[in-house]
Amino acid sequence: MPYDPRIVQPMREEMTAIGFTELLTAQDVDGFMNEKGGTALVVVNSVCGCAAGMARPGVRLALQQGPKPDRLATVFAGQDLEAVARARSYFAEMPPSSPSMALFRDGELVHFVPRHLIEGRTAEQVAGDLASALEENCAPTA
Amino acid sequence: MPALSKRIARRPLDLMGTFHSDKGELHGITVVVDTTGDSVYIGRCWELNDREVVLLDLDEHEEGRDGRSKQEFVRQAAKVGIWKKRDRLVLPLAEVASVTPLGQISTD
Repeated sequence: MPYDPRIVQPMREEMTAIGFTELLTAQDVDGFMNEKGGTALVVVNSVCGCAAGMARPGVRLALQQGPKPDRLATVFAGQDLEAVARARSYFAEMPPSSPSMALFRDGELVHFVPRHLIEGRTAEQVAGDLASALEENCAPTA
Repeated sequence: MPALSKRIARRPLDLMGTFHSDKGELHGITVVVDTTGDSVYIGRCWELNDREVVLLDLDEHEEGRDGRSKQEFVRQAAKVGIWKKRDRLVLPLAEVASVTPLGQISTD
């Protein structure tokens, strides 16, 4: 059962405030994913206090540290069910978990952060891991 | 399973931001529960107390099934996560050899 939208709204805004586009429908997801060029980060947001509470600030810190993906999008697990299911279909080889993060380069999944690598960590630790992946995959080539 | 500590891992509560602090320090955390027998379970810890561990949304493996050891199963799960096979499991602590956050398992 989805949470009260009033509870979730600040968690949505935590992502949109740092440049993420919310994908609310399967059509939104397809539209975002069909643009194959460059790099894209998709964050599966979540209410879960054990992990998402550190995932969102972790993403923010990572984006402040170094190279950024060309495009940023987010879906909300347990809330926007259709959009989440469609987003997961683009990284179907990964077991579903939330929160989680999927980094794409030219339409290919190049890095995935499952929930268990977020939970119990600090925002700084989450940021460090993600920033490394962004450095590896999103830095401009000489 | 050398990567798994015999002791029950402890994490600082203030880093987790859980909503159910009465369920133990691992509430909400994905853990590997190794047993004294052939089975190993990986799932979200709902509760860990002095009698039992309760897991939700878990996967399980038995030593040697599909040609995989428990260690191989755990190592693979540490890389990508698990595919949920069961909704819930209550395991008496007497059958538990260790409880370790999956995020602490080395993937090397």
